[in-house]
Amino acid sequence: MKKLFVPLVVTVAALFVAAPYMIAQAPYESTMGLVQKIFYFHVPSWMAMYTAIAVCAISSAVFLFKNNKTADAYAVAGAEVAVLFGLMGLVSGPLWGRKAWGVWWQWDVRLTTALLMELIFIACLLVRKYGGPGSEKLAAATALFGGATAPFVYKSVDIWRTVHPKTSVVPELLKGSMPGSGLPFALSAIGFVLLATLLMMVRVALARRQMALDELYLDYEES
Amino acid sequence: MSHVSLTLARGDIVGLLGPNGAGKSTLVGMLATLVSPSAGEVRFGDRGAGALGGELRRRIGLLAHELYLYPELSARQNLTFFAQMYGLDPRGVVDQALERAGLSARAEDAVSEFSRGMRQRLALERALLHGPRLVLLDEPFTGLDDSAVSLVAERLRQLAAGGAIVVLATHDLDLADGLVSRVALVQGGRLAVDEPAAPGLRARYRSAIAH
Amino acid sequence: MFLRTALLVLRKDAAIEAKSWEVLTTTVFFAVSAVLVFSFAFVKEGEPLEDAAAGILWIAVAFSGTLALGRTFERERYAETLRALLLGPAPRPALYVGKLLGILAVLGIAELLLTPLVALLFHAALFARPGLMAALLVTGTTGFGCVGTLFAAMLVRARSRDVLLPILLYPITIPVIIAGVRGTSALLASPPDEATAVMWIGILTAFDVVFVTLALWTFEPLMTD
Repeated sequence: MKKLFVPLVVTVAALFVAAPYMIAQAPYESTMGLVQKIFYFHVPSWMAMYTAIAVCAISSAVFLFKNNKTADAYAVAGAEVAVLFGLMGLVSGPLWGRKAWGVWWQWDVRLTTALLMELIFIACLLVRKYGGPGSEKLAAATALFGGATAPFVYKSVDIWRTVHPKTSVVPELLKGSMPGSGLPFALSAIGFVLLATLLMMVRVALARRQMALDELYLDYEES
Repeated sequence: MSHVSLTLARGDIVGLLGPNGAGKSTLVGMLATLVSPSAGEVRFGDRGAGALGGELRRRIGLLAHELYLYPELSARQNLTFFAQMYGLDPRGVVDQALERAGLSARAEDAVSEFSRGMRQRLALERALLHGPRLVLLDEPFTGLDDSAVSLVAERLRQLAAGGAIVVLATHDLDLADGLVSRVALVQGGRLAVDEPAAPGLRARYRSAIAH
Repeated sequence: MFLRTALLVLRKDAAIEAKSWEVLTTTVFFAVSAVLVFSFAFVKEGEPLEDAAAGILWIAVAFSGTLALGRTFERERYAETLRALLLGPAPRPALYVGKLLGILAVLGIAELLLTPLVALLFHAALFARPGLMAALLVTGTTGFGCVGTLFAAMLVRARSRDVLLPILLYPITIPVIIAGVRGTSALLASPPDEATAVMWIGILTAFDVVFVTLALWTFEPLMTD
């Protein structure tokens, strides 16, 4: 993992330098104009968030069953990065919605599911902070159950919403009906996911150093 | 806790000594398979604790500081419940256990009405109900008067003589004196001493414990 | 051994409850007062909002369920008897099942009282299709209860456990709330939309299967420190 660090930093930096240029070059969408370009930021945020959620849920399962401290480090890194990118998505979504459709929030399936996932992973972090000793296992269970509930949340909100009229333009956009939007989108998506990976790696390294420090401290105390 | 390596044999009465907070209760918890160690393992015979599961727990008895008795239920109801949990026929064992605890007269009273000493005696019987081969006791003498203490001590000697392993965690060196056959001193999460017991525990380990 | 242990735990909890009936009465009265608060809160032209019946029923179940969970596990916390149970020879998931059955019993009794009350206050035809309504309530309560029992058990030794339980439980059981409310609304339509209700019951059943399995699987590692 350490060997990947420098190449990753370079790649991410390159992508983040290139992306604004590409986004500016991308064609304007007919109805929404400039505001639509928030799409290049908004959807990749979700992709980054779900990547982090996957990392968190899987490492939580490993931690629960194998009691592996490194897995716990990955779990906390995944949770924190997920909350971060989730927040970005949840802020950019309403901003876009307000300009594009006139309302801040209208219970769109993806936004609602993401909101609930965000709440679950914030709860994960709250448990770690306020749960007292041994709360890593509790957080791991929350992450695991949270990951498991995601498809149920999506499905039930989706069915619930089909009763109400949809005013979302997102499906058309995602189908790539806009020529010229493919490349900037791909770059943004890759950039965000790699950034999330990078942040998680840094966080894991930090967590492991903290654990090593704690152990050294304990050894010192006893001698 | 760290760097603890301990081997226990049948017929031992092991005194797990040390000041409060040293880690005795944690070690007892690990022996009871309630706490899993972050590194290393607990082995019974030549098999790991994890692999043995329920069958192993059938042979372990634990008397902890918290006593594990339901205050709303009566003494008899508590013992009956735990007897059934261990797959025993309550009719045989419950009355005998009540007798040993000296609580036959108060069998139908709720445990919440008992004094600490009475609860302690009942909790001890509850822990021994299923005839465990590994008996773990965390401060079993709390709240007991002298006659009760000697009764319990005698009981522990009989258990050890019958081939059980008795692990007795206590900070009271005087009570452990003459009772334990081996001493394991826990200090700051480490095993400081592990040797056969000799008379005069307080003098011998006073400096170690006071540290 | 598994089922026997679960039933022993259930019987023991019933025996304790029978001494004072504390959990049952407080849960039921809390649910009733929640319903009353909602009927005053959700008003339209001075009358309780009739469409709110479905939502109010399920919220009352969710809120009182959280309380009941807290109270039942508080009992096991008092003398750390949960540890004594874990120490027994039975497979540990059996303890989980015993506790789950207990919570379902408490909530079931509460629902038996709540449903007619809500039907009465909101003029809601909750008994038009009693079989489907019961199926909704059973699958929904099981979904809520199975996740709730696991979390309440794992929080027994945590700090801030009273507030952490709802924080953890509600987001994860949102699908149960959605399914329950939408299913109930479908049954309250005239004529009752049975197909939709059955679909929601299906989703709830899938949820139950997934989460009971997950809970049985994770119970032991969670309960050993």
